[in-house]
Amino acid sequence: MAEFRIIKAINQALSDAMTEDTSVVIFGEDVARPGGAFTATRGLQEAFPGRVLDTPISEQAITGAAVGAALSGLRPVVEIMFMDFITLAMDQLVNQAAKVRFMSGGQVSVPMVLRTPHGGTQNAGPQHSQCLEAWLAHIPGLIVICPATPSDTYGLLRAAITNPNPVVFVENKALYGVKGNMPDDLAEITAEIGKARIARSGQDITIVTYGAMLYRSLEAAEQLAGNGIEAEVIDLRTLQPWDKAAVLESISRTHRAVVVHEAVTAFGIGAEIAATLVDEGFDELDSPVIRVGADFTPSPFAPQLEAAFLPQTDDIIAAVRKVLVRGFNDG
Amino acid sequence: MNDEEGWEEVAERPERNVAVGPDKLLELFERMALIRETETRLGELFSDGKIPGFIHLSIGQEATCVGVCAALNVDDTLSSTHRGHGHCIAKGVQPLGLIQEILGHAEGLCGGNGGSLHVADFSVGMLGANGIVGAGIPIAVGSALAHKTLNSSRIAVSFFGDGAMAEGTLYESLNLASLWQLPILFVCENNAWSEFSPTSAEYVGDLGKLADSFGIRHQQVDGNDVESVLAATQDFVELLRAGSGPAVLECMTLRVRGHYEGDPQTYREGVVDRTVVDPLDQTLAALAKMKVDNSEVQAARERARSAVHEASSLALGGSQPNFKAASANVYL
Repeated sequence: MAEFRIIKAINQALSDAMTEDTSVVIFGEDVARPGGAFTATRGLQEAFPGRVLDTPISEQAITGAAVGAALSGLRPVVEIMFMDFITLAMDQLVNQAAKVRFMSGGQVSVPMVLRTPHGGTQNAGPQHSQCLEAWLAHIPGLIVICPATPSDTYGLLRAAITNPNPVVFVENKALYGVKGNMPDDLAEITAEIGKARIARSGQDITIVTYGAMLYRSLEAAEQLAGNGIEAEVIDLRTLQPWDKAAVLESISRTHRAVVVHEAVTAFGIGAEIAATLVDEGFDELDSPVIRVGADFTPSPFAPQLEAAFLPQTDDIIAAVRKVLVRGFNDG
Repeated sequence: MNDEEGWEEVAERPERNVAVGPDKLLELFERMALIRETETRLGELFSDGKIPGFIHLSIGQEATCVGVCAALNVDDTLSSTHRGHGHCIAKGVQPLGLIQEILGHAEGLCGGNGGSLHVADFSVGMLGANGIVGAGIPIAVGSALAHKTLNSSRIAVSFFGDGAMAEGTLYESLNLASLWQLPILFVCENNAWSEFSPTSAEYVGDLGKLADSFGIRHQQVDGNDVESVLAATQDFVELLRAGSGPAVLECMTLRVRGHYEGDPQTYREGVVDRTVVDPLDQTLAALAKMKVDNSEVQAARERARSAVHEASSLALGGSQPNFKAASANVYL
């Protein structure tokens, strides 16, 4: 076993994918010579000359060029330095990448990966902290992944690169330093897009989460265990398509659920999951599903404000307690 | 040839080196006639209520499509615009599949999923028309990147209109293409109109100077003269295949019809259009000057006319697409 940080798992996955398939290329702002704003692509330009390219600060051109390259024989992996900047690339992602296969009647697919970091706790302010994954999960044609551990990051990034569809690979920048064990033979990691993972087993309630909130949910579950409440924590890993079967299976045992994410609660991933559980899992539920997410404001800059904005462990615990005491017959 | 308003009579042009011989010119004429016949028929079908949605015709711009594409190989790639029927046919798309697609029929090139605005035929390197102005430009840049990275001699072409000159994608793409010295030809079909407004009222830049500022070679030609378009394209294509970086070709033409079919064009009142000659008439005059037998010219026109007549008759008998089949194509 070897210990990897998430940032190293990304670098290793890119390196291994480029070794395996010469059509994999990387381009983006500062990804080549500087090795990436967060060092995800460090060393790759030297290892793969001509296949790792620095681009100007041109998000539309980066993303559009990825679409065109993917349509012409390459498997581009592009980086958008902060997820907030994806706003500048939305036409190419939403109107082009996501739709080419459908519009062409299935003549082609667009095998590209767009890596981008989201998330707060860095006091990076309103334009460098947003979690915009719900926007993308809303678009038919895109796959959206958001891993939380080094081995999932490695396995899912490899899977994203070989996937024939456009994939948005969302990394949480606060998790880049998170360490985890990986097998010596990385080929043993078999992460499958669209499959969730039970990160902690429990029978009293299901906490559905992803990304950085996995760790706060696990922390909440440990504290709740001290009070005799055993929460099951599900790490979705893929948001589009999300593993509905795994979540429904879990609530068939726990009968209660809380959905936790770092993104703003309103109109988010949690709303989709809660609505689906009510729609398809109603008979299993003993209590309404509650969402825990960020408040409906831009991400604040000042540390105190950002902490108040982001969901904290105590917020998750409070939500779990609320669900446990509430039943449909409470009036 | 045509009773459209806006056409000028063919005037005497200055002598210049002959770029193409009579056989080649006749072939170009026939391809332009095929586009004209197809689009004229599409206009009729639209008026008859047979075509769902809306269509944008490129009637009067045939010389840009045919002149550029005649210098390309079938495996060269091309990104197009919302006014893309001409690009399709010039690149080798068969009128039948195109008409079927525009009718929204299952037999269409894209199974009726794309329609006029999004038609694509990857078998001939046609990467797609586009409903978003300027969006095809960076896609062609990426295609050129693939050609270069894969050590191919293929090149990419991006057609865009003068309306797209105001889009940021052009600026970003010119820079990136020059920075990476990509084999891409940017072709601006300057038809003087940006949707419902004269481009002169909306854009105060200069494409040639813009290209210059990025170190990109450029040329402006009479976009209604297929010989000039072809000659300029051939020169650029040779350089592109030799790896000497991108080029910009600006073809001056005129949108003689509305932005879309059925457009009442009230915004055109009081606007003096640029003077152009119908590209087909211009080619007819050149053919006559080359002493090409009129019967050969008429036979070429007739072949185009009957091919389109046959294709549209066949297309009208097509079937409706199935939603289940369409939705299976969201993901591979």
